[in-house]
Amino acid sequence: MEPEAFPVRCHVVTGKGGTGKTTVAAALALALAADGRQVLLVETEGRQGIAQLFDTPPLPYEERRVAVTRGGGEVKALAIDIELALLEYLEMFYNLKRAGRALRKMGAIDFATTIAPGLRDVLLTGKIKEAVTRRRDGERVYDAVVVDAPPTGRITRFLGVTGEMAGLTRSGPIKTQSDGVMAVLKSPQTAVHVVTLLEDMPVQETADALAELTAAGLPVGSVVVNMATEPLLPEEELDRVAAGRLSGAELAPALAAAHVHDGAELATALAAEAVEHAQRWAAQDELRAEVDGLGRPVVELPLLPGPIDVGALFELAGRLEDHFRTEAAA
Amino acid sequence: MSTAPDEATTAEHHRHPRPAPHPMPEALPLDLSELIADRQTRIVVCCGAGGVGKTTTSAALALAAAEAGRTVVVLTIDPARRLAQSLGLAELDNEPRRIDVPGAKGELHAMMLDMKRTFDDVVCAHAPPERAEQILANPFYQALSSSFAGTQEYMAMEKLGQLRASEQWDLIVVDTPPSRSALDFLDAPNRMSRFLDGTMIRLLTAPARAGGRAGMRLVGAGFLVFSRIISKILGGQLLRDISSFVSALDTMFGGFRERATATYELLRRPGTWFVVVATPESDALREASYFVDRLSTEGMPLAGLVLNRTHPPASIALSATRAAGAAEEVLEAGGEGAELAAGALRLHAERMSAAAREQRLADRFTSAHPEVPVRTVPAAAGDVHDLEGLRVMADALTGPDADTPTGVPRTRILPARHR
Repeated sequence: MEPEAFPVRCHVVTGKGGTGKTTVAAALALALAADGRQVLLVETEGRQGIAQLFDTPPLPYEERRVAVTRGGGEVKALAIDIELALLEYLEMFYNLKRAGRALRKMGAIDFATTIAPGLRDVLLTGKIKEAVTRRRDGERVYDAVVVDAPPTGRITRFLGVTGEMAGLTRSGPIKTQSDGVMAVLKSPQTAVHVVTLLEDMPVQETADALAELTAAGLPVGSVVVNMATEPLLPEEELDRVAAGRLSGAELAPALAAAHVHDGAELATALAAEAVEHAQRWAAQDELRAEVDGLGRPVVELPLLPGPIDVGALFELAGRLEDHFRTEAAA
Repeated sequence: MSTAPDEATTAEHHRHPRPAPHPMPEALPLDLSELIADRQTRIVVCCGAGGVGKTTTSAALALAAAEAGRTVVVLTIDPARRLAQSLGLAELDNEPRRIDVPGAKGELHAMMLDMKRTFDDVVCAHAPPERAEQILANPFYQALSSSFAGTQEYMAMEKLGQLRASEQWDLIVVDTPPSRSALDFLDAPNRMSRFLDGTMIRLLTAPARAGGRAGMRLVGAGFLVFSRIISKILGGQLLRDISSFVSALDTMFGGFRERATATYELLRRPGTWFVVVATPESDALREASYFVDRLSTEGMPLAGLVLNRTHPPASIALSATRAAGAAEEVLEAGGEGAELAAGALRLHAERMSAAAREQRLADRFTSAHPEVPVRTVPAAAGDVHDLEGLRVMADALTGPDADTPTGVPRTRILPARHR
C-alpha cells in the first residue's frame, strides 16, 4: 500500500462479541505494516488477546514488537493498563507521579476510574490519539495505529466518550484533552471498521453501530465479514436442496456406486444434512445481501481451518491488503 | 526419551502391554424437565459468556415451564430484536407481559429489563417525591443510572428481587446481562454497592455533610491531596453533583450495600438454580469453567451445563474418513447425481469432524468438572426468533436424554468410544 494513497492512519476495529474482531485487528495491522511500515496495534479491553494470537507472553504496558513483515515492516503491540495510563497522565499534566503511586495504594485510582464512567475511555482514546500523532525528529513514529476496540454495543460511547464526559465535566483538563482526542477521531485520518458474521444478531448490530457512528459524526470504514464459508454442495443445486426437495432415494444410486452400503437410512441422513446445509447457506446469502445494502465497502475473510496462528493472520492480512488497495484506488 | 534406548529396554517395552488409556469420564445427564416442573424450584438463572444463547435458553426454559403448568416469568436483558418483537416485548414498559401460549397449562410472562427505569423506580419508591425529583435530575445520577459499568447487572438483581417479592409467579427465569465475563453478574452488584457505600465516596463528599470535618481530621493530609487531584481532574462541578447525590441517597434508604446483599442472598436460597450456558468453543467453555468454580465457592447451586449450538451429524454410521473416501469414489464413478452425492458425502465428513471437535471440547470440560450434568442443544438452521423456534429449543432442552434420531444420548454429540 502506498503511504499517501490511503489517508486513514487510525483504524478502529469493532464488532459484536465473538465475531473475531481481535483477529481482524491483528490481521489488519499486519496488512498495514507490509512494505516496511510501522504499525501499532492497541488492545483496549485488557484481555491479552493479542498476546495469545501472536503466541507471546502477556503484553506489559509497553510497546512491544510482535511481528515483522516484508520489507522490514513492524507491528508493535500495546495493551493499555488503565491504572498505569492514569499515572502517566497525572505525571504528564501535574507532575504527580509519586503522589499517584500513593493514591494507587489507597485504591484511589480504581475509585477515580469508577466514579466517572467515561474516565477510562478518555484515558484509552487519549493514549490512542497520542500514538497516532506521535512524532520523533519531525517524522511520524507510526504509519498507522490499529485499535482492537470495545464491541459494537459500546463503540460509539467509547469513541464519543468525550460527549458524555463533557456533560459531567464541563471544564478542566479532561475536557481540554477530550477535545483534542475528538479532533483526531472525527477527522478523515480515522476509520471505524465493523466486523460481522453472516448471522442475524451480528448483522443487526453492525447496522445499528453504523447508524450510531454516523449519527455521532464518526468516520465509518469497511464492514468485514469474518469466517465466511463456501457451500459444499454444487452451487446450482442449492436452491432446490434448501427447499427440501432432496431425498435419500436420489442419493442412493451414487452411494451404491461408491460401495457405501449402509442402506436407505444413511442416504436419508445424508439428504437431511444436505438440506440443513443448503438452508443455512440460503440464510447466509440473505444476510450477505443485507450487509451489501449497508452502503459500506465490504470485505470477506474466509473461515480458516484449525486454530488461528501467525501464519493464518498473514493469510487474512493478504486479503485485507487487497481490499484496502482496491478501496484506495476507488 | 532423548537418548537411544538399548535393545534390552526396547524388548522390555514389547513384553509389557501399554497401560490401558484412562477412560474419559462420562458426563451426567441434565434433567431440566424435572428441574422446571419441580414446584420447589423458584428461580433459574441462566449465565455464561456473551453470545452463547443465554436469552433464547432462558426463554425456551420459561416456555417449557409454562407448558408444564407453572406460572412463570422470564426476565430477559437484551433479547434479539426479532425475538423480542415476536414475544411482544418491543414495548419497554419494564413490567412483565403475558404471552399467549396456545395449549399451555400454565402461564408465560416475559419482560425486558430497562435498567434506567428500574433505577428510577428504586429511587421513587424510597424517597419522598421532592427528594426523588432532585435525585433524578442530578447529572451524576443520570450518568450512573445509564452507563455505570455494572448498573445493568445490579438492576437485573434488583428486578429479580422485586419479582420474587411480589409472589405473583411461582417460577422466575433470569437471563444475565451480556458482560464480557460471566462472573460480572455476580460481582457487579457488590462492586457497585461497595462503591456507593464506600469509604472513598463518603470521605470525598464529606464536606457536604454534617460531621464532615471530623471525617477529614481522621484521614489527614494525604486525603486532601487526593481530593484536590480528583477535583482537578474531574472538575469541581462533578464532585458537587456526586456529593449532593450521595447525601440525597443516604437519607432515603439504609445503604445500597444492604439491598445488594439481600438480593445476592436470594441467589443462595434453596429453590434457586443456576444453569451455565456455553457453546462448544474453547473460550465459552473456559468461561463456563470459571463460573462453575465460582458458584461452588459461593455455595450457589448449579443445575448443570447447557452446551448450546452443537452440530450432531444426522447419522453416525459413516465415519469422516470413509465419507471423504466415498466422495472421491462417487466422483470417479461419475453418472447422474454424482456431484450432489459427493457434495453430501463431503458435507457429512465435515459434520463428523466438527462433531468430533465439539465432543473433544465437551470431554475436556467434563474431565475438569465430572460432577456437572450436561445437556447438548443442536444448533437451529436459522436464528430462533419466534414461539415455534423456542418450542423446538425447549424440546431439545427438556426432552428425554436418550430420545434422538441417532440414539446418541443428549448428554453427548457423538457416542462415547469404548475400546
